[in-house]
Amino acid sequence: MTGYETMDANSAISPTSSPRLSFFQAAWVIARRDFGAVLFSRAFLFFLIGPLFPVLVGGLAGSIGKSTSQQAISVEVGLAMSVEDNTAMSEAADTLRPQLGRTLPALRPVPEAQSDPDFNARDFLAARRGNYAAIVTGTLAQPKVIGTQGQVDRWSGPVELMAATAMGASPSTFPSAGSEVVASSASSERKTRIHTAQAAQMVLFLLTIMLGGMVLSNLAEEKGNKIIEILAAALPMDAVFMGKLFAMLGVSFVGIAVWGTLGWGFWAVAEDAIVTVTQTNYRELPGPAVGWPAFVALGVVYFSMAYLLLGSLFLTIGGMASSVREVQTMSMPVTMMQLMVFFIAMATVADTGSTMELFAVSFPLSSPFAMLARAAIEDVLWVHFVAIAWQAVAVIALVKGGSLLFRKKVMKSGGAGKAKKSFFGRSPRATENMPSAAIGEPAE
Amino acid sequence: MDMAVGDLTQASKLASATTLADPRPLAIEARGLVKSFDGTRAVDGVDISVPEGAIYGVLGPNGAGKTTTLRMLLGIIDPDEGVRRVFGHDRPHDIGRLIGYLPEERGLYPAMKAVEAIAFMGALRGLSLAEGRERGLELLERHDLGHAKDRTIRQLSKGMAQTVQLLGTLVHRPRLVVLDEPFSGLDAINQGKLERMIRSLAEEGVTVIFSTHVIHHAERLCEGVAIIAGGKVPYAGSVETARDRIPAQVRLETRAREGAWTTALPKDTRREGDFFYFPLPESGVEPLLKSLIDGEAGILSLSIERAGLHDAFVAIAGEAAARQLEADAQR
Repeated sequence: MTGYETMDANSAISPTSSPRLSFFQAAWVIARRDFGAVLFSRAFLFFLIGPLFPVLVGGLAGSIGKSTSQQAISVEVGLAMSVEDNTAMSEAADTLRPQLGRTLPALRPVPEAQSDPDFNARDFLAARRGNYAAIVTGTLAQPKVIGTQGQVDRWSGPVELMAATAMGASPSTFPSAGSEVVASSASSERKTRIHTAQAAQMVLFLLTIMLGGMVLSNLAEEKGNKIIEILAAALPMDAVFMGKLFAMLGVSFVGIAVWGTLGWGFWAVAEDAIVTVTQTNYRELPGPAVGWPAFVALGVVYFSMAYLLLGSLFLTIGGMASSVREVQTMSMPVTMMQLMVFFIAMATVADTGSTMELFAVSFPLSSPFAMLARAAIEDVLWVHFVAIAWQAVAVIALVKGGSLLFRKKVMKSGGAGKAKKSFFGRSPRATENMPSAAIGEPAE
Repeated sequence: MDMAVGDLTQASKLASATTLADPRPLAIEARGLVKSFDGTRAVDGVDISVPEGAIYGVLGPNGAGKTTTLRMLLGIIDPDEGVRRVFGHDRPHDIGRLIGYLPEERGLYPAMKAVEAIAFMGALRGLSLAEGRERGLELLERHDLGHAKDRTIRQLSKGMAQTVQLLGTLVHRPRLVVLDEPFSGLDAINQGKLERMIRSLAEEGVTVIFSTHVIHHAERLCEGVAIIAGGKVPYAGSVETARDRIPAQVRLETRAREGAWTTALPKDTRREGDFFYFPLPESGVEPLLKSLIDGEAGILSLSIERAGLHDAFVAIAGEAAARQLEADAQR
């Protein structure tokens, strides 16, 4: 009936196996369950695509806007010369464009000039007909640029060059210029690295806050499901906490991978729009002091640490709360504190070694942000190993503390009872000698 | 007072237990357990000793401290005072693989499939997921729930979900099974199934301890009981000994209402209608029979009635606790 009759040497609880799961095994059981449950839930899917909607809408709007503005602000210059001269000018522009690129305008013959012998370019532009920045009339030898003062100033030089090329006056081949880039000064390099540090801190903070919130309601849900007692009976609570934290960290990495992949694809398609909107050429962003590979690796590690630190606080709060509203209320101070330490870390980016910066590096919650900034600015690596170890200790302490608090406040478990070692003696089976231990003896 | 129906196997075990020191090692030993919550003593000096392979009941009304006691034994909470040992270990978590626990508040992940829920509970106790699934399927089939193996917990009826959770408690073949109010919420058929399961476990050497506020479960199944009332344990011992605390009663019905033969009846005889009730004399009823026959009392019926556990509970824990127990059972 129960299946015990089939127990044999291959049964799970063999005499040689340990009677308990190790801490890591226990955490793994919890982590595996939570990771799978969250990853394949509908809520997580919405969580993943949620932030993409405003980005998608913003990107589309930016692209449309850029396209519209490009069409409105024309860089076309009309040609109102003779047909032969128009053709020669266009061919000259094609010849020069490889070297001069966008410096040269797009040329387009003005149809009205070809069909109207009394065509007047000035009147044409004044009447706001067509969409030309300027119109070129005259001949190759004496081209005339008609337009506003600004457009005349802008396009006169290129028109002259194109006319000269059309007439054969400019060289048919152009020498290729070599180049050598020199950093203007050390302070300038540091200044530009600070930008990298701040950008990385901002990304780290946003990811941590967005993804850390997933941990908040985890234990509250377990309590609602009444499953917490089963977990508490089977496993130490700190192993349960650790398993849940790492499960959510794993889920976060999945989220980052999805967003990162989509972001990379978005960048590939709309790089120009992003650069225009943000006014930042990310390709020219200065590299971090430790180099990009090490910086990215440290970024991953510091994100993990920041997540585990904040997550352990959120997990404890969620465990204390008895409703979703309480969860939100109780999490506010932690969120505010996280914001504050982030600002401290940001503010001290440029002051490496200052008292405030050292505080930011040492205080566990701000340490990941401060150290990531250091990685962008300074190329010393050993400090990062020390910082990571320190943050790991803080994670362990917070998890231990949180689980103890949970046992005290939620499970209502105090310290262990006072041991009466003299009663039981030294041997685990010492009660064989105790006369009152067997059934049949009343407790009175 | 009804004659209690006892399991002969259990009775024979009791006989040896009451007359000889139990040679079995103890699965659970607890002395002086005390636990307070917010200044209120929920458990106040509980002693429990459960031999390996026994079926042991923790009996008491709601709020008596049963669940708190069980949670202390399992290490879910720590006692404020006192000591507890499970298979000789101070920390039950150290032998998690040997213990199965069914809490009073049934809890499973609603979105989990039945077989996965069982496998997960086995994994908590050290079973591999693969073996947990295999064992889970086996157990579900055996309990006529094979068709529900891929249904989620929220799709199951309450009884089915409870059964799934019970199977999850047993999937890893524990040596100690702790059940908190296992009969609660089950219909009569499933209660019968659960009773048979508990007996089967004990026959295989598994120690079973369960709490209940329904006396007849404890009476039918348990070798020993701890009666808890108000956080205290006024009695912990065998069911038989508890019942023996109240002397057997003789019930006599006679045709004649008066006569010289009435002087042969014990002094503390009470009369209720046509019946006479008195404690069973030490010498038995045989000496009295002669007087009744000679005195022409006209014996219509004569029976010796042994106290049931309910009566013992009343005597031990008091009327108030007994009334509360009845009220809880009817809920």
